[in-house]
Amino acid sequence: MTRTTRRTTRGAALRGTAVVGALALTLTACGGGEGDADPEAAAEEGGELTVWAWDPTVEPIAEAYMEANPDVTIEIVNAGTGNDQYTALQNAIAAGSGVPDLAQVEYYALPQFSIGEALTDLSDLGATELDGAFTPGPWTAVSQGEGIYGLPLDSGPMALFYNAAVFDEHGVEVPTTWDEYVEAARALHQADPAVSITNDTGDAGFTTSMIWQAGGNPYTVDGTDVTIDFSDEGSQAFAETWQQLVDEELVAPISSWSDEWYQGLGNGTIATLTIGAWMPGNFESGVPDASGDWRVAPMPQWSEGEQATAENGGSAMSVLESGENDNAALAYDFLEFAANGDGVQIRLDGGGFPATTADLESEEFLEREYEYFGGQKINEVLAQSAADVVEGWQYLPFQVYANSIFNDTVGQAYVSGTPLTDGLASWQEASIAYGNDQGFTVD
Amino acid sequence: MAQAVAVTPPVAPRRRQARRWSGWGFVGPFMAVFALVFLAPIIYSIWLSVFRTQLVGGTTFVGLENYQRALQDDQFWSALGRVSAFLVVQVPIMLGIALLVALAIDSGRLYGRDFFRISIFLPYAVPAVVATLMWGFMYGTRFGLVGNINDALGVSLPNPLSPDLVLAAIGNIVTWEFVGYNMLIFYAALRTVPTSLYEAAEIDGAGQWQVIRAIKIPAIRGALVIATIFSIIGSFQLFNEPSILQALAPNAITTYFTPNLYAYSLSFSGQQYNYSATVAIIMGLLTMAIAYVVQLRGMRKEA
Repeated sequence: MTRTTRRTTRGAALRGTAVVGALALTLTACGGGEGDADPEAAAEEGGELTVWAWDPTVEPIAEAYMEANPDVTIEIVNAGTGNDQYTALQNAIAAGSGVPDLAQVEYYALPQFSIGEALTDLSDLGATELDGAFTPGPWTAVSQGEGIYGLPLDSGPMALFYNAAVFDEHGVEVPTTWDEYVEAARALHQADPAVSITNDTGDAGFTTSMIWQAGGNPYTVDGTDVTIDFSDEGSQAFAETWQQLVDEELVAPISSWSDEWYQGLGNGTIATLTIGAWMPGNFESGVPDASGDWRVAPMPQWSEGEQATAENGGSAMSVLESGENDNAALAYDFLEFAANGDGVQIRLDGGGFPATTADLESEEFLEREYEYFGGQKINEVLAQSAADVVEGWQYLPFQVYANSIFNDTVGQAYVSGTPLTDGLASWQEASIAYGNDQGFTVD
Repeated sequence: MAQAVAVTPPVAPRRRQARRWSGWGFVGPFMAVFALVFLAPIIYSIWLSVFRTQLVGGTTFVGLENYQRALQDDQFWSALGRVSAFLVVQVPIMLGIALLVALAIDSGRLYGRDFFRISIFLPYAVPAVVATLMWGFMYGTRFGLVGNINDALGVSLPNPLSPDLVLAAIGNIVTWEFVGYNMLIFYAALRTVPTSLYEAAEIDGAGQWQVIRAIKIPAIRGALVIATIFSIIGSFQLFNEPSILQALAPNAITTYFTPNLYAYSLSFSGQQYNYSATVAIIMGLLTMAIAYVVQLRGMRKEA
């Protein structure tokens, strides 16, 4: 069985490089063969797995899994965070050796690997039954066309984290719309010029998430046919609003995750962050001085009374086509354990934000009071956000590269007089050029 | 006699052949290592540069298309322009300071000479990555040294990490790092000048300035040429400093800020290994050409 599968997989990989259309057929054939394999039986039989992940909770999950399945050995490799790991993974796939059986992949990077036929379609291994077990945002991200190319490990529905002490001190209302947000930025800055509503030096993930929330669909992807268009309403709404903040120098020119950023969050000079629900843990560990000052509110809206949010960050874990041990059934069994089984609680204990609806709806999760946030039950806000994510968003199959040139293009709006709309236009242009160069049909 | 003539020819080639093989035996290990670590990577880069790999469509042979593309690539030329400006401005400043310090130490009139020499050299011992991080913090206008100066003196210094100034800020870091290194090269060369020349100059009534111009500078011309060539290569390969500062000033330092950074971004975030190899090869050729010209000029003056 193993032998035949391996041959089929190799064959598929070879043919896949030649013709994409033909590959769809081979994949189906391949999937059919693997479908006979029962993940649970594979776990009982035992075997070895190599997992590439940078998330620290993956290690204890693997230990728990090995305890439950003594014949399985799992090796966790930290091949770098985010982009570093993708580069290593891309290289291993190109070389055809040293490919892990499973890898952590962020949602925005997933299409790049699934279009490269590097990921195993999990539908026939039982993933179709999990429809509804995860929140819509992450589930849409792992489902591409007919296939399911990973299971969500966590999610990042966005919310407004704000420093309540700063807002109280200056008597400013917490904004509920983006127009109010701009007003609040002006009011805070007027009250104390050292205070900025937020920091921003141009962040691709944040910008795309904001456009997502505004109902924009700049990327439409259908196989290798890609459309990039930042002239839609959502993109323009974001550009218009954010331009005011940039022009009036109301956003602090501090890059996220820098030392200055942590200081700013701690000393009240950065008053809000609109960011994914995975942020609380970072607040507790990175900004201990401001304990008790911060609160969580729903993401400001583009029109009053709406309830729209977007996802920001978050990772899935995927099974690789040409994995070293070539045991997709076993890999899937572990993946299900990690994403929808006992692994979820381990991740929650480690400070992660779940993508599983059951956990998001559980009393224990929603009722938890966070001392750091002044005893607020922040999960109520965050879980609501997960349910309100706008559907239909797509990332590019080469989003990793597109994001890497964001500061070359859109970022220029933050340091020169270039309007954001022009920045978005040149980002669009550069992304189109790259896409066409890589063999996609982009316009 | 006739016999001897008849015998000699068959022996001679055999002996020559044996000599040839034993020679290879000695050179062999070197040649193997040389081929593996020097030639193979270069050949592999050239091999890469004549192909194109796409996310969709796989790998195709494209001949010199990548080179053609590089020559028409605005981003590549802007990167090259930036390091050329860096070369023209920073290298003379750095070598000038290094020469000044070397001459000062060599003059023997300096109080605390050894301490002075060590402290000038010390920055070179700091890894470039650490040095850049350190300077990056100092350049911060909000919480860094620049920010502190602004607060303390009530002034508003321009942001060293703004797009207009960031190249100068990098020049400052590189100068700080490498003055000591170049100083040491010059100082070592100065120490080899025979003292009899100085005595002769003194007898002729030459002043310090004349000694420097007529004896010291000509005597260390070779070292000056070497230091210049190293600095040219260093400028063209500028990577560490901008790469690290990029996290602090993402909009001022683009992904194509220097040719090396461009090649890096192309291959590591764009998976354009082939084009990246092409950029690297062109830069290598350019660096070689310029270094060669400098060497020729330096040596001709000497002659």
